[in-house]
Amino acid sequence: MSDLSHPVPASPFRPAATEAPWLRITLTIAVVAILGVLLFAPLIAVFYEALREGVGASLATLANPESQSAIRLTLLVAAFAVPLNAVFGVAAAWLITKYSFRGKAILITLIDIPFSVSPVVAGLCIVLTFGANSWAGSWLVAHGLPVVFAVPGIVMASMFVTFPFVARELIPVMVEQGRAAEEAALTLGASGWRVFFTVTLPNIRWALLYGVLLCNARAMGEFGAVAVVSGKIRGLTATMPITIEMLYNEYSSVAAFTLAAVLALLALVTLALKTLLEWRYADQLAATHRH
Amino acid sequence: MLSLMVLLPIAGLLVQGFSAGIPAFLAAVNTPRTWAALFLSFRLSLVAALFNLVFGLVLAWVLVRYRFPFRKVLNAAVDLPFALPTAVAGIALTALYAPNGAFGHIAKDWGFKIAYTQWGILIALIFVGLPFVTRTVQPVIEEIAREVEEASATLGATRAYTLRRVIWPMLAPAALTGFALSLARAVGEYGSVIFIAGNIPLKTEIAPLLIVIKLEEYNEPGAAAIGIAMLVMSFGMLFVINAAQVLSRKRRGNV
Repeated sequence: MSDLSHPVPASPFRPAATEAPWLRITLTIAVVAILGVLLFAPLIAVFYEALREGVGASLATLANPESQSAIRLTLLVAAFAVPLNAVFGVAAAWLITKYSFRGKAILITLIDIPFSVSPVVAGLCIVLTFGANSWAGSWLVAHGLPVVFAVPGIVMASMFVTFPFVARELIPVMVEQGRAAEEAALTLGASGWRVFFTVTLPNIRWALLYGVLLCNARAMGEFGAVAVVSGKIRGLTATMPITIEMLYNEYSSVAAFTLAAVLALLALVTLALKTLLEWRYADQLAATHRH
Repeated sequence: MLSLMVLLPIAGLLVQGFSAGIPAFLAAVNTPRTWAALFLSFRLSLVAALFNLVFGLVLAWVLVRYRFPFRKVLNAAVDLPFALPTAVAGIALTALYAPNGAFGHIAKDWGFKIAYTQWGILIALIFVGLPFVTRTVQPVIEEIAREVEEASATLGATRAYTLRRVIWPMLAPAALTGFALSLARAVGEYGSVIFIAGNIPLKTEIAPLLIVIKLEEYNEPGAAAIGIAMLVMSFGMLFVINAAQVLSRKRRGNV
């Protein structure tokens, strides 16, 4: 249109609609510098402290029984919490976007509660509800299934704090896609499950993967809620973040930072995959992301 | 299932907190140590969230509007505080800002202490809340039609005037949402703060830590009382911010 009569400008912005060059350069440098200090410096510090006594020394700390059991426990907790939350997230998003019912607005608010509640308060809630002093807790202990200071409590705490991740990613995508395709499949005689697996799931798979990634990163790294619920029993209920705290407080700096570096690597891989997903499947992910 | 996972535990908190009656609840909250912790948590969280509001807006603007090398890497890195476990962030920040750390050493030479003071807590809170405002504002900036800014300029507005009267009203609701999320996160933050805070009662002891201490002393009603006080205060703040948002929407029309 009008672009045809103009030479293409070097910058996509015409001078009237942007800031003066000196201001642009100052702002860019300031932003890069502040991010360097606030974000990149801590990240570098983790790896620097971990490798302070050489690669061999830090790898050796990973082999000690305390770190080994922490890594196993964290993987175990994630193996329970992440699939369960993925299923609940899909179910909640399905309910919210494909049906209308009373109290839907309340349900949407409820899903967000874990974002606005402190992890410590979340852990506290679980301790008070399922702890040895509550009736639910004493019943569970009497039946051989202690929750607090045991693995089920850690799974529960991890699920509480990561509850919204999957649903939050799915809801906008499913709203956008509407229910026409599902209705068409139903009128063609497909059963409910068949509709879900052949129509709905393929449509939401990238958004689902995205939500599961975020959920997993948070579940493996959760500290506040787990610290309250786990009782921090060495070798039994100490997850990786809890073990990092214990090692750090005992001045086993290299061991603590090596475990921290493993979790930091996990975070970096998560970020890389997330960015990759955003570039390749931008159209199939939600337009706006809010965490 | 949602109610089992989320609502039941919260109900448990309320039952425990008030099980000994309202006077006992008030007695548990109304101690100098509890007030100091609550006041510290909310005050520093507010300062951190304000910093993140201003910096987050500038960061979002620079990331969307300007072109420079490694912009995409920087954009991806903004989410680091979401992905990095809080305990990892906590010990990393402490290693940096402790008197023998890289930044702490410089500060010490200037006669200034960061780690184990309120400044350290503030830095940790800024770290964990950094991405919220940027991530809520970024999509809005992307969708601003450049014609609006050009129209404003052709009508004789200076760039500053355009930013203040045209751009800011469009960004304000998203920025407020980001601010509220950042604030809520900072108030409840535990893992990244306890390592750098020093945890001195009345001085650098945050409210979530006080809950953990009460629990370790088997003082469950006391812990529940502080937990309820925190919940009430956070919901109160979120309510005020939401109300401000509704008001600004009404005043400025359908933005």
